[in-house]
Amino acid sequence: MVPYAGWEMPVRYDGVIAEHLAVRATAGIFDVSHMGQIETTGPAALELLEALCTNDVERVPISGAQYTLMLREDGGVLDDLFTYRLEADRYLTVTNAANHERDLAWFSAHAAGLDVEVIDRAADYAMLAVQGPLAREIVQAIANAPLPERMTIGTRTVDGAEMLVAGTGYTGEDGVELLLAPADAPEVWDALVRRGAKPAGLAARDTLRTEACFHLYGNDLSTQRGPIEAGLGWCCRAAGGYIGAPAVAAARAGGTAELLVPFVITDRGAARPGDPVLGGGVVASGTFSPTLDVGIGMAYLPAAKAVVGSEFEIDVRGKHRRARVAKRPLLKV
Amino acid sequence: MAEASYPQDLLYHPEHDWVRIDGDVATFGITWHAQDALGEVVFFDPPAVGTQVTQHEPYTEVESVKAVSDVVAPLSGEVIEVNDSLAQTPEAINEDPYGAGWIVKVRVADPAQTGALLEPDAYVALLR
Repeated sequence: MVPYAGWEMPVRYDGVIAEHLAVRATAGIFDVSHMGQIETTGPAALELLEALCTNDVERVPISGAQYTLMLREDGGVLDDLFTYRLEADRYLTVTNAANHERDLAWFSAHAAGLDVEVIDRAADYAMLAVQGPLAREIVQAIANAPLPERMTIGTRTVDGAEMLVAGTGYTGEDGVELLLAPADAPEVWDALVRRGAKPAGLAARDTLRTEACFHLYGNDLSTQRGPIEAGLGWCCRAAGGYIGAPAVAAARAGGTAELLVPFVITDRGAARPGDPVLGGGVVASGTFSPTLDVGIGMAYLPAAKAVVGSEFEIDVRGKHRRARVAKRPLLKV
Repeated sequence: MAEASYPQDLLYHPEHDWVRIDGDVATFGITWHAQDALGEVVFFDPPAVGTQVTQHEPYTEVESVKAVSDVVAPLSGEVIEVNDSLAQTPEAINEDPYGAGWIVKVRVADPAQTGALLEPDAYVALLR
C-alpha cells in the first residue's frame, strides 16, 4: 500500500506481471476508489459542462459516456475526465484523485449564476474496474440485467447491490467500471474475485494503460501542456466555445514545439518519467511492457522528430538508450 | 515468489544485500526483502569481470517493472565471476534470491570489512 492524494493505494497484490497478463488473458479487478466524482444537476447542467469541457458534451445521449479535457484559459490541462449522462439534466463526471478538489472548485466557480447544482460525490462512491476479455462474463453472471454496452452507463444490481455500471476502462481491454456505495464494495469485490477476476494493483494499471497509450494526468498531461501537443485534439470540439478554446485553435493552426508520441526502447531496459531525450524532449510515461517484453512509454519530442519510425536516444540515469517512435496504441488488443 | 527467508549462513548489508564468504571469495546478491520491495526484476546487466567494487557503493543496478535500483557492494574487491544467466533470466533474483539469483563473486580485498556487516538476526531486526 502506498499513500497518494490522501488515499492508501493498492499498488501490487501478487506480482505486476502476473496481474497485467491476467487482465490481457482473462480478467482483473482494480480498486480505483480514489477516483473522484462530481455530479452536475439542473437545467443548465449541459451549459456548464459545455463551457468547462473540450469535447462535444451535447452529443452525449442519455446513458452515454465521453472522455474529455478541462482546460485553463491559457489551454493548460486542468484534468482529463470521463463524463456520464445519467439523466437528461444530470451528469456524473469522474475526476483524478489528485485534481478532485481543484476540479470541484473550478466547477463551482463557473456554475455561479447558472441554474445548476454542483455536488461533490467523491465520498459516495467506491469504484471497482473489472477489465479483460472475461470481465463482462464474470460481472454479468451476478448482475440482474444485461450490462451496459461500451461507452454507456446504467443502474444495475450486481451481487445484490445496486450500483452504476459503466462500459468504460483504462486498460485497452473490454470490461466495466462499477460505481457503488463504499459499504457494498468489499462483498462485491470478494464475489467477483471468487468468480475469477484477479486482484490487480495500480502498478499493473499503469503498465496496461501505457501499452494502450492512454494518458495519465501528472505524467502525460499537466497545466504546462495543451491538448494538441498531447495528441488529444480529437476530443477538442472544432466549434470552440469552451474555456481554453482560443489557445487550442492557435495550437491547431500554428503547431506546437513538441508532440507526445509512443515509443519502444530498442536497447535493453526501460526509460522512466522525467528522463531527458537527447537533443530535446522528455519521457512523460515510461515502463516495462509485460506483454511486449521491452521498455515502452510516451515522450514529448520536438515536433520534427515526432513521426513514426523516428529514432532517438534517452538519457536513462546517465546511460543512453535507443528508442523508436511507434504507432499508437503500442499494443493492439 | 518465494517465502520470506534470511539464511543463517550469510552476512547482510543494511542496504539489503547478502554475502556468502568462502575463503577469500565472497558471493553477493540481494535479500528477499530487496527483491520483494522491487517487484519482478525484468532487466539486469551484470558488471564486467575484473571490475573493482567498493564497499557501500553501487556496483550494478537491477530494473523491475516499477523502477531501477542500485545494488550496493557489501565488501570491496575485484569481480572474478558474474552470473551471466541473469541477463536471460533476471527473474531468478525474485524466485531464488540466495541461490540461482546470485549476482557476482568477488575476491575480497580486506576481510576486516566484514565487521560492518550484519548477522542474520540483526538484519531481520532492521527490517522490523
